[in-house]
Amino acid sequence: MTLRDALGWLLVGAAALYALVAVPTGGELTTMINGSIYASYAILALSLALIWGYAGILSFGQAAFFGLAGYVYAVAGLNLESTPLAAVIAVAAAAGFAALLGYFMFWGRISDVYLGVITLTVSLILYRFINQTAGEEWTIGAAPLGGFNGIPSTPILAPPGHPDEPFLPEQIYVLAVGALLACYVICKLAMATRFGRAVVAIRENEGRAELLGYDTRRYKLGIFTLGGAIAGVGGVLFANSVFVSPNMFSLQTNGQVIIWVIVGGLGTFAGPVIGCFLLMALSTWLGSLDAGPGFAVLDPNLVMGVVLTLCVLGLRQGLLPTALALGERLLAKARGTRGRGAAELGQPAEERP
Amino acid sequence: MSLLTVSDLAAGYGQIGILRDVALTVDKGEILGVLGHNGMGKSTLLKALSGAIPVTRGAIVFEGLDVAREPPFRRARRGLGYVPQGRQIFPALTVRENMEYAARAAAQPLEIVDDMIARFPRLTPILDRAGGVLSGGEQQILALARCLCGRPSLVLLDEPTEGIQPSIRDEIVETLLRLRRSLGLSILLVEQNVKFMGDLADRVLHMEKGRLSAAATPEIAAMA
Repeated sequence: MTLRDALGWLLVGAAALYALVAVPTGGELTTMINGSIYASYAILALSLALIWGYAGILSFGQAAFFGLAGYVYAVAGLNLESTPLAAVIAVAAAAGFAALLGYFMFWGRISDVYLGVITLTVSLILYRFINQTAGEEWTIGAAPLGGFNGIPSTPILAPPGHPDEPFLPEQIYVLAVGALLACYVICKLAMATRFGRAVVAIRENEGRAELLGYDTRRYKLGIFTLGGAIAGVGGVLFANSVFVSPNMFSLQTNGQVIIWVIVGGLGTFAGPVIGCFLLMALSTWLGSLDAGPGFAVLDPNLVMGVVLTLCVLGLRQGLLPTALALGERLLAKARGTRGRGAAELGQPAEERP
Repeated sequence: MSLLTVSDLAAGYGQIGILRDVALTVDKGEILGVLGHNGMGKSTLLKALSGAIPVTRGAIVFEGLDVAREPPFRRARRGLGYVPQGRQIFPALTVRENMEYAARAAAQPLEIVDDMIARFPRLTPILDRAGGVLSGGEQQILALARCLCGRPSLVLLDEPTEGIQPSIRDEIVETLLRLRRSLGLSILLVEQNVKFMGDLADRVLHMEKGRLSAAATPEIAAMA
Protein backbone atom coordinates (compact mmCIF):
# COMPACT_ATOMS: atom_id res chain seq x y z
CA MET A 1 0.00 0.00 0.00
CA THR A 2 1.43 3.39 -0.98
CA LEU A 3 1.50 6.42 1.31
CA ARG A 4 -1.18 8.02 -0.85
CA ASP A 5 -3.44 4.97 -0.47
CA ALA A 6 -2.89 4.87 3.29
CA LEU A 7 -3.69 8.57 3.57
CA GLY A 8 -6.81 8.05 1.47
CA TRP A 9 -8.10 5.25 3.72
CA LEU A 10 -7.30 7.37 6.78
CA LEU A 11 -9.35 10.27 5.43
CA VAL A 12 -12.24 7.99 4.45
CA GLY A 13 -12.15 6.47 7.94
CA ALA A 14 -12.18 9.90 9.55
CA ALA A 15 -15.08 11.05 7.37
CA ALA A 16 -17.01 7.86 8.19
CA LEU A 17 -16.35 8.30 11.89
CA TYR A 18 -17.59 11.89 11.74
CA ALA A 19 -20.70 10.94 9.75
CA LEU A 20 -21.55 7.88 11.83
CA VAL A 21 -20.68 9.16 15.32
CA ALA A 22 -20.45 12.95 15.49
CA VAL A 23 -23.44 13.82 13.27
CA PRO A 24 -25.98 11.49 14.95
CA THR A 25 -24.83 12.71 18.40
CA GLY A 26 -25.40 16.40 17.87
CA GLY A 27 -27.30 16.65 14.60
CA GLU A 28 -30.84 17.82 13.99
CA LEU A 29 -33.50 15.64 12.42
CA THR A 30 -33.43 17.69 9.19
CA THR A 31 -29.68 17.15 8.95
CA MET A 32 -30.18 13.38 9.32
CA ILE A 33 -32.90 13.23 6.67
CA ASN A 34 -30.83 15.33 4.28
CA GLY A 35 -27.82 13.18 5.13
CA SER A 36 -29.77 10.02 4.23
CA ILE A 37 -30.78 11.53 0.89
CA TYR A 38 -27.23 12.68 0.14
CA ALA A 39 -25.81 9.28 1.08
CA SER A 40 -28.26 7.41 -1.15
CA TYR A 41 -27.48 9.76 -4.04
CA ALA A 42 -23.76 9.35 -3.29
CA ILE A 43 -24.17 5.59 -3.68
CA LEU A 44 -25.72 6.26 -7.08
CA ALA A 45 -22.71 8.46 -7.93
CA LEU A 46 -20.40 5.69 -6.75
CA SER A 47 -22.07 3.22 -9.11
CA LEU A 48 -21.42 5.53 -12.06
CA ALA A 49 -17.87 6.20 -10.85
CA LEU A 50 -17.31 2.45 -10.97
CA ILE A 51 -18.61 1.74 -14.45
CA TRP A 52 -17.62 5.02 -16.11
CA GLY A 53 -14.44 5.96 -14.27
CA TYR A 54 -12.94 2.48 -14.10
CA ALA A 55 -14.55 0.53 -16.93
CA GLY A 56 -15.08 3.38 -19.39
CA ILE A 57 -18.80 2.61 -19.77
CA LEU A 58 -20.73 5.88 -19.84
CA SER A 59 -24.22 5.05 -18.67
CA PHE A 60 -26.27 8.19 -19.11
CA GLY A 61 -29.24 6.39 -17.56
CA GLN A 62 -27.77 5.05 -14.33
CA ALA A 63 -30.83 6.38 -12.50
CA ALA A 64 -32.87 3.63 -14.20
CA PHE A 65 -31.43 1.08 -11.75
CA PHE A 66 -31.76 3.54 -8.87
CA GLY A 67 -35.43 4.15 -9.59
CA LEU A 68 -36.24 0.56 -10.46
CA ALA A 69 -34.84 -0.68 -7.15
CA GLY A 70 -36.81 2.02 -5.31
CA TYR A 71 -40.08 1.00 -6.95
CA VAL A 72 -39.45 -2.74 -6.56
CA TYR A 73 -38.66 -2.16 -2.89
CA ALA A 74 -41.85 -0.14 -2.37
CA VAL A 75 -44.06 -2.67 -4.17
CA ALA A 76 -42.43 -5.70 -2.52
CA GLY A 77 -42.43 -3.98 0.88
CA LEU A 78 -46.15 -3.22 0.67
CA ASN A 79 -46.92 -6.79 -0.34
CA LEU A 80 -44.54 -8.76 1.85
CA GLU A 81 -44.23 -8.97 5.60
CA SER A 82 -40.51 -8.35 5.54
CA THR A 83 -38.96 -5.07 4.36
CA PRO A 84 -35.38 -6.46 4.52
CA LEU A 85 -36.49 -9.17 2.09
CA ALA A 86 -38.03 -6.47 -0.10
CA ALA A 87 -34.70 -4.61 -0.07
CA VAL A 88 -32.83 -7.73 -1.16
CA ILE A 89 -35.37 -8.36 -3.94
CA ALA A 90 -35.04 -4.73 -5.07
CA VAL A 91 -31.24 -4.81 -5.30
CA ALA A 92 -31.41 -8.17 -7.10
CA ALA A 93 -33.97 -6.70 -9.54
CA ALA A 94 -31.70 -3.73 -10.31
CA ALA A 95 -28.72 -6.05 -10.82
CA GLY A 96 -30.79 -8.42 -12.97
CA PHE A 97 -32.11 -5.58 -15.10
CA ALA A 98 -28.56 -4.24 -15.55
CA ALA A 99 -27.38 -7.73 -16.54
CA LEU A 100 -30.18 -8.09 -19.08
CA LEU A 101 -29.64 -4.64 -20.58
CA GLY A 102 -25.87 -5.11 -20.52
CA TYR A 103 -26.14 -8.46 -22.26
CA PHE A 104 -27.94 -6.94 -25.24
CA MET A 105 -25.58 -3.93 -25.35
CA PHE A 106 -22.26 -5.72 -24.97
CA TRP A 107 -23.10 -8.78 -27.04
CA GLY A 108 -24.54 -6.43 -29.63
CA ARG A 109 -21.16 -4.64 -29.63
CA ILE A 110 -22.78 -1.31 -28.79
CA SER A 111 -20.27 1.09 -27.37
CA ASP A 112 -19.39 4.69 -26.62
CA VAL A 113 -22.05 7.27 -27.29
CA TYR A 114 -24.68 4.75 -28.41
CA LEU A 115 -24.49 3.04 -25.03
CA GLY A 116 -25.10 6.37 -23.33
CA VAL A 117 -28.10 7.03 -25.55
CA ILE A 118 -29.60 3.58 -24.96
CA THR A 119 -29.26 3.73 -21.18
CA LEU A 120 -30.75 7.23 -21.09
CA THR A 121 -33.61 6.12 -23.31
CA VAL A 122 -34.36 3.16 -21.05
CA SER A 123 -34.42 5.45 -18.02
CA LEU A 124 -36.74 7.92 -19.75
CA ILE A 125 -39.04 5.12 -20.91
CA LEU A 126 -39.36 4.00 -17.29
CA TYR A 127 -39.98 7.63 -16.30
CA ARG A 128 -42.78 8.00 -18.86
CA PHE A 129 -44.24 4.64 -17.98
CA ILE A 130 -44.36 5.26 -14.24
CA ASN A 131 -45.77 8.74 -14.82
CA GLN A 132 -48.90 7.32 -16.44
CA THR A 133 -49.69 4.76 -13.73
CA ALA A 134 -52.07 7.00 -11.78
CA GLY A 135 -55.23 4.91 -12.16
CA GLU A 136 -56.44 2.17 -9.82
CA GLU A 137 -55.74 -0.39 -12.50
CA TRP A 138 -52.04 0.25 -11.86
CA THR A 139 -52.01 -1.47 -8.51
CA ILE A 140 -49.77 -4.42 -7.77
CA GLY A 141 -51.27 -6.33 -4.85
CA ALA A 142 -51.46 -3.76 -2.06
CA ALA A 143 -49.20 -1.24 -3.86
CA PRO A 144 -50.70 1.48 -6.05
CA LEU A 145 -47.98 2.80 -8.39
CA GLY A 146 -49.43 6.27 -8.06
CA GLY A 147 -48.35 7.81 -11.36
CA PHE A 148 -46.81 11.26 -11.06
CA ASN A 149 -47.27 11.25 -7.28
CA GLY A 150 -45.27 8.10 -6.73
CA ILE A 151 -45.88 5.88 -3.70
CA PRO A 152 -46.03 8.11 -0.60
CA SER A 153 -46.80 5.05 1.51
CA THR A 154 -43.40 3.51 0.75
CA PRO A 155 -42.70 1.28 3.76
CA ILE A 156 -39.74 2.06 5.97
CA LEU A 157 -37.20 -0.66 6.63
CA ALA A 158 -37.72 -2.55 9.87
CA PRO A 159 -35.46 -5.02 11.68
CA PRO A 160 -36.02 -8.64 10.58
CA GLY A 161 -38.86 -10.17 12.64
CA HIS A 162 -40.15 -6.78 13.80
CA PRO A 163 -42.19 -5.41 10.89
CA ASP A 164 -44.15 -3.07 13.17
CA GLU A 165 -41.06 -1.28 14.47
CA PRO A 166 -39.68 0.58 11.46
CA PHE A 167 -36.35 2.35 11.76
CA LEU A 168 -36.39 5.99 12.85
CA PRO A 169 -34.95 8.65 10.48
CA GLU A 170 -31.80 8.75 12.62
CA GLN A 171 -31.36 5.01 12.18
CA ILE A 172 -32.02 5.23 8.44
CA TYR A 173 -29.31 7.89 8.30
CA VAL A 174 -26.79 5.59 10.00
CA LEU A 175 -27.87 2.76 7.68
CA ALA A 176 -27.45 4.95 4.59
CA VAL A 177 -24.01 6.23 5.58
CA GLY A 178 -22.95 2.71 6.56
CA ALA A 179 -24.16 1.40 3.20
CA LEU A 180 -22.24 4.16 1.42
CA LEU A 181 -19.08 3.15 3.25
CA ALA A 182 -19.72 -0.54 2.49
CA CYS A 183 -20.30 0.21 -1.21
CA TYR A 184 -17.10 2.29 -1.31
CA VAL A 185 -15.10 -0.58 0.20
CA ILE A 186 -16.72 -3.07 -2.21
CA CYS A 187 -15.77 -0.87 -5.18
CA LYS A 188 -12.18 -0.49 -3.96
CA LEU A 189 -11.83 -4.21 -3.31
CA ALA A 190 -13.41 -5.10 -6.66
CA MET A 191 -10.89 -2.97 -8.50
CA ALA A 192 -8.00 -4.50 -6.58
CA THR A 193 -8.90 -8.01 -7.80
CA ARG A 194 -7.75 -9.62 -11.05
CA PHE A 195 -11.22 -8.93 -12.39
CA GLY A 196 -10.87 -5.23 -11.57
CA ARG A 197 -7.45 -4.95 -13.16
CA ALA A 198 -8.73 -6.68 -16.26
CA VAL A 199 -11.62 -4.20 -16.41
CA VAL A 200 -9.21 -1.25 -16.23
CA ALA A 201 -7.05 -2.73 -18.98
CA ILE A 202 -10.13 -3.22 -21.13
CA ARG A 203 -10.95 0.45 -20.62
CA GLU A 204 -7.40 1.34 -21.70
CA ASN A 205 -7.49 -0.73 -24.86
CA GLU A 206 -10.40 -3.07 -25.43
CA GLY A 207 -9.19 -4.38 -28.78
CA ARG A 208 -5.80 -5.31 -27.37
CA ALA A 209 -7.35 -7.04 -24.36
CA GLU A 210 -9.50 -9.13 -26.68
CA LEU A 211 -6.53 -10.03 -28.86
CA LEU A 212 -4.72 -11.25 -25.75
CA GLY A 213 -7.58 -13.65 -25.06
CA TYR A 214 -10.05 -11.78 -22.86
CA ASP A 215 -13.75 -12.05 -23.62
CA THR A 216 -14.25 -8.36 -22.91
CA ARG A 217 -18.03 -8.64 -23.11
CA ARG A 218 -18.14 -10.78 -19.96
CA TYR A 219 -15.97 -8.37 -18.00
CA LYS A 220 -18.02 -5.37 -19.09
CA LEU A 221 -21.23 -7.20 -18.25
CA GLY A 222 -19.86 -8.12 -14.82
CA ILE A 223 -18.90 -4.57 -13.90
CA PHE A 224 -22.11 -3.12 -15.38
CA THR A 225 -24.17 -5.55 -13.29
CA LEU A 226 -22.22 -4.64 -10.15
CA GLY A 227 -22.83 -0.97 -10.97
CA GLY A 228 -26.56 -1.70 -11.34
CA ALA A 229 -26.65 -3.47 -7.97
CA ILE A 230 -24.89 -0.57 -6.22
CA ALA A 231 -27.26 1.94 -7.82
CA GLY A 232 -30.06 -0.33 -6.56
CA VAL A 233 -28.77 -0.06 -2.99
CA GLY A 234 -28.91 3.71 -3.38
CA GLY A 235 -32.48 3.47 -4.71
CA VAL A 236 -33.67 1.40 -1.74
CA LEU A 237 -32.13 3.86 0.71
CA PHE A 238 -33.59 6.83 -1.14
CA ALA A 239 -37.01 5.16 -0.94
CA ASN A 240 -36.52 4.93 2.83
CA SER A 241 -35.32 8.52 3.12
CA VAL A 242 -38.14 10.12 1.14
CA PHE A 243 -40.51 7.96 -0.92
CA VAL A 244 -40.45 6.64 -4.46
CA SER A 245 -41.59 8.84 -7.34
CA PRO A 246 -40.99 8.99 -11.11
CA ASN A 247 -38.34 11.68 -10.52
CA MET A 248 -35.97 8.89 -9.55
CA PHE A 249 -35.78 8.04 -13.28
CA SER A 250 -35.85 11.60 -14.59
CA LEU A 251 -33.44 13.33 -16.95
CA GLN A 252 -32.52 15.67 -14.11
CA THR A 253 -31.45 12.81 -11.84
CA ASN A 254 -29.46 11.22 -14.67
CA GLY A 255 -27.80 14.54 -15.48
CA GLN A 256 -27.04 15.32 -11.84
CA VAL A 257 -25.18 12.09 -11.23
CA ILE A 258 -22.95 12.76 -14.24
CA ILE A 259 -22.23 16.26 -12.90
CA TRP A 260 -21.28 14.84 -9.48
CA VAL A 261 -18.86 12.38 -11.06
CA ILE A 262 -17.25 14.96 -13.35
CA VAL A 263 -16.99 17.64 -10.66
CA GLY A 264 -15.71 15.20 -8.01
CA GLY A 265 -13.23 13.53 -10.32
CA LEU A 266 -13.70 10.78 -12.89
CA GLY A 267 -11.46 7.81 -12.19
CA THR A 268 -11.77 8.04 -8.42
CA PHE A 269 -14.35 6.70 -5.96
CA ALA A 270 -14.12 9.31 -3.23
CA GLY A 271 -14.29 12.21 -5.73
CA PRO A 272 -17.85 11.57 -6.98
CA VAL A 273 -19.04 11.03 -3.40
CA ILE A 274 -17.50 14.37 -2.38
CA GLY A 275 -18.94 15.99 -5.52
CA CYS A 276 -22.39 14.66 -4.68
CA PHE A 277 -22.32 15.85 -1.06
CA LEU A 278 -20.95 19.29 -1.95
CA LEU A 279 -23.34 19.96 -4.81
CA MET A 280 -26.36 18.56 -2.99
CA ALA A 281 -25.54 20.74 0.03
CA LEU A 282 -25.11 23.74 -2.25
CA SER A 283 -28.38 22.97 -3.99
CA THR A 284 -30.21 22.60 -0.66
CA TRP A 285 -28.74 25.85 0.63
CA LEU A 286 -29.68 27.76 -2.53
CA GLY A 287 -33.19 26.34 -2.32
CA SER A 288 -33.49 27.54 1.28
CA LEU A 289 -32.70 31.18 0.44
CA ASP A 290 -36.05 32.89 0.65
CA ALA A 291 -36.79 35.64 -1.84
CA GLY A 292 -40.50 35.80 -1.31
CA PRO A 293 -43.29 33.35 -2.17
CA GLY A 294 -42.62 31.48 -5.42
CA PHE A 295 -39.24 33.07 -5.94
CA ALA A 296 -35.73 31.72 -5.48
CA VAL A 297 -32.65 33.88 -5.10
CA LEU A 298 -30.81 31.62 -7.52
CA ASP A 299 -32.13 28.62 -9.42
CA PRO A 300 -30.11 25.62 -8.09
CA ASN A 301 -30.20 23.97 -11.54
CA LEU A 302 -28.69 27.08 -13.09
CA VAL A 303 -25.93 27.07 -10.49
CA MET A 304 -25.27 23.36 -11.16
CA GLY A 305 -24.89 24.17 -14.85
CA VAL A 306 -22.42 26.96 -14.10
CA VAL A 307 -20.43 24.73 -11.69
CA LEU A 308 -20.21 21.99 -14.33
CA THR A 309 -19.12 24.42 -17.03
CA LEU A 310 -16.47 25.97 -14.79
CA CYS A 311 -15.25 22.55 -13.74
CA VAL A 312 -14.99 21.26 -17.31
CA LEU A 313 -13.16 24.42 -18.37
CA GLY A 314 -10.94 24.96 -15.33
CA LEU A 315 -10.66 21.68 -13.40
CA ARG A 316 -10.78 19.06 -16.08
CA GLN A 317 -9.71 16.27 -13.74
CA GLY A 318 -12.26 17.22 -11.10
CA LEU A 319 -11.94 18.41 -7.52
CA LEU A 320 -10.27 15.43 -5.85
CA PRO A 321 -7.57 14.66 -8.45
CA THR A 322 -6.77 18.39 -8.72
CA ALA A 323 -6.50 18.71 -4.92
CA LEU A 324 -4.29 15.60 -4.73
CA ALA A 325 -2.03 16.86 -7.53
CA LEU A 326 -1.77 20.24 -5.83
CA GLY A 327 -0.95 18.60 -2.49
CA GLU A 328 1.74 16.44 -4.06
CA ARG A 329 3.25 19.45 -5.81
CA LEU A 330 3.37 21.41 -2.55
CA LEU A 331 4.88 18.42 -0.77
CA ALA A 332 7.53 18.02 -3.46
CA LYS A 333 8.28 21.73 -3.28
CA ALA A 334 8.57 21.60 0.52
CA ARG A 335 10.89 18.58 0.28
CA GLY A 336 12.99 20.41 -2.29
CA THR A 337 13.26 23.51 -0.10
CA ARG A 338 14.15 21.40 2.95
CA GLY A 339 16.74 19.52 0.92
CA ARG A 340 18.31 22.74 -0.32
CA GLY A 341 18.28 24.24 3.18
CA ALA A 342 20.00 21.18 4.59
CA ALA A 343 22.58 21.22 1.84
CA GLU A 344 23.33 24.85 2.60
CA LEU A 345 23.97 23.94 6.23
CA GLY A 346 26.25 21.15 5.14
CA GLN A 347 24.23 18.27 6.56
CA PRO A 348 21.90 15.68 4.99
CA ALA A 349 18.18 16.50 4.99
CA GLU A 350 17.37 13.30 6.92
CA GLU A 351 19.43 14.47 9.90
CA ARG A 352 17.60 17.72 10.30
CA PRO A 353 14.82 17.82 12.91
CA MET B 1 0.09 -30.88 -41.71
CA SER B 2 0.75 -27.12 -41.57
CA LEU B 3 0.15 -25.20 -38.36
CA LEU B 4 -1.68 -22.48 -40.28
CA THR B 5 -3.33 -22.79 -43.70
CA VAL B 6 -4.98 -19.72 -45.18
CA SER B 7 -6.93 -20.11 -48.40
CA ASP B 8 -8.95 -17.76 -50.60
CA LEU B 9 -8.91 -15.08 -47.90
CA ALA B 10 -10.59 -11.73 -48.47
CA ALA B 11 -10.85 -8.98 -45.85
CA GLY B 12 -10.97 -5.21 -45.55
CA TYR B 13 -12.43 -2.27 -43.70
CA GLY B 14 -16.19 -1.95 -44.09
CA GLN B 15 -17.01 -1.82 -47.79
CA ILE B 16 -13.38 -1.36 -48.80
CA GLY B 17 -11.78 -4.67 -49.71
CA ILE B 18 -8.02 -4.86 -49.07
CA LEU B 19 -7.01 -8.53 -49.18
CA ARG B 20 -7.94 -10.72 -52.13
CA ASP B 21 -7.37 -14.42 -52.78
CA VAL B 22 -4.73 -14.66 -50.09
CA ALA B 23 -3.33 -18.14 -49.55
CA LEU B 24 -0.36 -19.17 -47.38
CA THR B 25 0.84 -21.86 -45.03
CA VAL B 26 3.04 -21.74 -41.95
CA ASP B 27 4.61 -24.96 -40.67
CA LYS B 28 5.48 -25.71 -37.07
CA GLY B 29 8.74 -24.02 -36.14
CA GLU B 30 8.81 -22.03 -39.37
CA ILE B 31 9.36 -18.28 -39.68
CA LEU B 32 7.47 -16.98 -42.68
CA GLY B 33 8.08 -13.42 -43.80
CA VAL B 34 5.81 -11.13 -45.77
CA LEU B 35 7.52 -8.21 -47.45
CA GLY B 36 5.83 -5.30 -49.11
CA HIS B 37 5.63 -1.55 -49.34
CA ASN B 38 3.37 0.65 -47.22
CA GLY B 39 -0.34 0.30 -47.85
CA MET B 40 -0.13 -3.07 -49.60
CA GLY B 41 -2.16 -4.90 -46.96
CA LYS B 42 0.52 -6.55 -44.81
CA SER B 43 -0.86 -5.33 -41.48
CA THR B 44 -4.41 -5.98 -42.68
CA LEU B 45 -3.41 -9.60 -43.26
CA LEU B 46 -2.30 -9.97 -39.63
CA LYS B 47 -5.40 -8.17 -38.38
CA ALA B 48 -7.60 -10.56 -40.36
CA LEU B 49 -5.72 -13.59 -39.08
CA SER B 50 -5.93 -12.41 -35.46
CA GLY B 51 -9.60 -11.47 -35.73
CA ALA B 52 -9.10 -7.74 -35.22
CA ILE B 53 -11.06 -7.23 -38.46
CA PRO B 54 -13.62 -9.64 -39.91
CA VAL B 55 -12.90 -11.72 -42.99
CA THR B 56 -15.39 -11.56 -45.86
CA ARG B 57 -14.36 -14.81 -47.55
CA GLY B 58 -12.00 -17.71 -47.16
CA ALA B 59 -10.67 -20.03 -44.49
CA ILE B 60 -8.08 -19.67 -41.72
CA VAL B 61 -7.29 -23.20 -40.59
CA PHE B 62 -5.22 -23.10 -37.41
CA GLU B 63 -4.15 -26.40 -35.90
CA GLY B 64 -6.73 -28.21 -38.03
CA LEU B 65 -9.67 -25.94 -37.17
CA ASP B 66 -11.18 -23.14 -39.26
CA VAL B 67 -11.09 -20.08 -36.97
CA ALA B 68 -12.07 -17.51 -39.62
CA ARG B 69 -15.41 -16.76 -37.94
CA GLU B 70 -14.22 -16.97 -34.34
CA PRO B 71 -13.89 -13.84 -32.18
CA PRO B 72 -10.35 -12.60 -31.47
CA PHE B 73 -10.24 -13.77 -27.85
CA ARG B 74 -10.99 -17.36 -28.85
CA ARG B 75 -8.27 -17.36 -31.50
CA ALA B 76 -5.83 -16.00 -28.93
CA ARG B 77 -6.79 -18.75 -26.50
CA ARG B 78 -6.14 -21.34 -29.22
CA GLY B 79 -2.55 -20.11 -29.43
CA LEU B 80 -2.62 -17.43 -32.10
CA GLY B 81 -0.53 -14.61 -30.63
CA TYR B 82 -0.42 -11.14 -32.15
CA VAL B 83 2.08 -8.34 -31.63
CA PRO B 84 0.57 -5.35 -33.42
CA GLN B 85 2.26 -2.43 -35.08
CA GLY B 86 2.66 0.35 -32.52
CA ARG B 87 2.92 -2.26 -29.71
CA GLN B 88 -0.26 -1.17 -27.90
CA ILE B 89 1.14 -1.55 -24.42
CA PHE B 90 -1.27 -0.81 -21.58
CA PRO B 91 0.25 2.52 -20.54
CA ALA B 92 -1.10 2.60 -16.97
CA LEU B 93 0.02 -0.94 -16.12
CA THR B 94 3.58 -1.73 -15.14
CA VAL B 95 5.80 -3.97 -17.25
CA ARG B 96 5.14 -6.93 -14.96
CA GLU B 97 1.38 -6.23 -14.86
CA ASN B 98 1.27 -6.07 -18.66
CA MET B 99 2.81 -9.54 -18.79
CA GLU B 100 0.70 -11.00 -15.98
CA TYR B 101 -2.39 -9.68 -17.70
CA ALA B 102 -1.55 -11.69 -20.82
CA ALA B 103 -0.67 -14.81 -18.84
CA ARG B 104 -4.00 -14.72 -17.02
CA ALA B 105 -5.93 -14.29 -20.27
CA ALA B 106 -4.42 -17.52 -21.52
CA ALA B 107 -4.86 -19.26 -18.14
CA GLN B 108 -1.09 -19.69 -17.85
CA PRO B 109 0.64 -19.96 -14.46
CA LEU B 110 2.32 -16.71 -13.46
CA GLU B 111 5.71 -18.47 -13.44
CA ILE B 112 5.69 -17.92 -17.19
CA VAL B 113 6.19 -14.20 -16.53
CA ASP B 114 9.47 -14.87 -14.72
CA ASP B 115 10.45 -17.25 -17.51
CA MET B 116 9.91 -14.53 -20.09
CA ILE B 117 11.75 -11.96 -17.98
CA ALA B 118 14.71 -14.35 -17.95
CA ARG B 119 14.50 -14.62 -21.74
CA PHE B 120 14.28 -10.83 -22.16
CA PRO B 121 16.82 -9.53 -19.60
CA ARG B 122 16.34 -5.96 -20.81
CA LEU B 123 13.00 -6.01 -18.96
CA THR B 124 14.49 -6.85 -15.54
CA PRO B 125 15.40 -3.31 -14.42
CA ILE B 126 12.11 -1.81 -15.64
CA LEU B 127 9.59 -4.30 -14.26
CA ASP B 128 7.87 -1.76 -12.02
CA ARG B 129 7.85 1.02 -14.58
CA ALA B 130 4.57 1.98 -16.27
CA GLY B 131 4.29 0.75 -19.85
CA GLY B 132 3.51 4.24 -21.09
CA VAL B 133 6.89 5.71 -20.11
CA LEU B 134 9.08 3.10 -21.83
CA SER B 135 11.15 3.81 -24.92
CA GLY B 136 9.98 2.44 -28.28
CA GLY B 137 12.49 -0.41 -28.13
CA GLU B 138 11.55 -1.36 -24.58
CA GLN B 139 7.87 -1.29 -25.53
CA GLN B 140 8.57 -3.55 -28.48
CA ILE B 141 10.36 -6.09 -26.31
CA LEU B 142 7.57 -5.89 -23.75
CA ALA B 143 4.93 -6.39 -26.46
CA LEU B 144 6.74 -9.49 -27.63
CA ALA B 145 7.29 -10.84 -24.12
CA ARG B 146 3.67 -10.11 -23.22
CA CYS B 147 2.46 -12.01 -26.26
CA LEU B 148 4.69 -14.98 -25.38
CA CYS B 149 3.25 -15.05 -21.84
CA GLY B 150 0.12 -16.48 -23.46
CA ARG B 151 2.21 -19.44 -24.74
CA PRO B 152 1.17 -19.04 -28.39
CA SER B 153 2.19 -21.64 -30.95
CA LEU B 154 2.15 -19.03 -33.72
CA VAL B 155 3.10 -15.36 -33.31
CA LEU B 156 1.86 -12.78 -35.79
CA LEU B 157 4.53 -10.08 -35.68
CA ASP B 158 3.79 -6.73 -37.29
CA GLU B 159 6.81 -4.56 -38.19
CA PRO B 160 8.78 -5.11 -34.97
CA THR B 161 11.72 -2.97 -36.13
CA GLU B 162 9.65 0.14 -36.69
CA GLY B 163 11.28 3.06 -34.86
CA ILE B 164 13.75 1.08 -32.77
CA GLN B 165 17.53 1.24 -32.56
CA PRO B 166 19.72 -1.38 -34.36
CA SER B 167 21.04 -2.93 -31.12
CA ILE B 168 17.51 -3.77 -29.96
CA ARG B 169 16.67 -5.05 -33.44
CA ASP B 170 19.59 -7.49 -33.23
CA GLU B 171 18.52 -8.50 -29.73
CA ILE B 172 15.02 -9.26 -31.02
CA VAL B 173 16.42 -11.39 -33.86
CA GLU B 174 18.60 -13.41 -31.47
CA THR B 175 15.79 -13.90 -28.97
CA LEU B 176 13.28 -14.99 -31.60
CA LEU B 177 15.69 -17.51 -33.08
CA ARG B 178 16.41 -18.82 -29.59
CA LEU B 179 12.69 -19.09 -28.83
CA ARG B 180 12.12 -21.00 -32.03
CA ARG B 181 14.81 -23.48 -31.06
CA SER B 182 13.66 -23.92 -27.46
CA LEU B 183 9.87 -23.65 -27.81
CA GLY B 184 9.32 -24.67 -31.43
CA LEU B 185 7.68 -21.29 -31.98
CA SER B 186 6.28 -20.43 -35.41
CA ILE B 187 6.22 -16.82 -36.60
CA LEU B 188 4.44 -14.98 -39.36
CA LEU B 189 6.43 -11.81 -39.74
CA VAL B 190 5.43 -8.69 -41.63
CA GLU B 191 8.27 -6.25 -42.29
CA GLN B 192 9.66 -3.60 -44.57
CA ASN B 193 13.19 -4.04 -43.23
CA VAL B 194 14.82 -6.46 -45.71
CA LYS B 195 17.89 -7.04 -43.52
CA PHE B 196 15.77 -8.02 -40.51
CA MET B 197 13.67 -10.29 -42.71
CA GLY B 198 16.77 -11.90 -44.18
CA ASP B 199 18.17 -12.59 -40.70
CA LEU B 200 14.99 -14.29 -39.50
CA ALA B 201 12.75 -15.73 -42.19
CA ASP B 202 12.94 -19.22 -43.70
CA ARG B 203 10.66 -18.21 -46.54
CA VAL B 204 9.52 -14.83 -47.77
CA LEU B 205 6.34 -13.93 -49.62
CA HIS B 206 5.75 -10.65 -51.35
CA MET B 207 2.54 -8.70 -50.91
CA GLU B 208 1.31 -6.21 -53.44
CA LYS B 209 -2.11 -4.59 -53.60
CA GLY B 210 -3.63 -7.13 -51.23
CA ARG B 211 -2.32 -10.23 -53.02
CA LEU B 212 0.55 -12.50 -52.10
CA SER B 213 3.01 -13.50 -54.77
CA ALA B 214 5.04 -16.70 -54.98
CA ALA B 215 7.62 -17.56 -52.34
CA ALA B 216 11.21 -16.43 -52.52
CA THR B 217 14.23 -17.25 -50.37
CA PRO B 218 15.40 -14.48 -47.98
CA GLU B 219 18.44 -14.00 -50.16
CA ILE B 220 16.28 -13.38 -53.22
CA ALA B 221 14.05 -11.10 -51.23
CA ALA B 222 17.07 -9.20 -50.00
CA MET B 223 18.21 -8.64 -53.54
CA ALA B 224 14.81 -7.46 -54.67
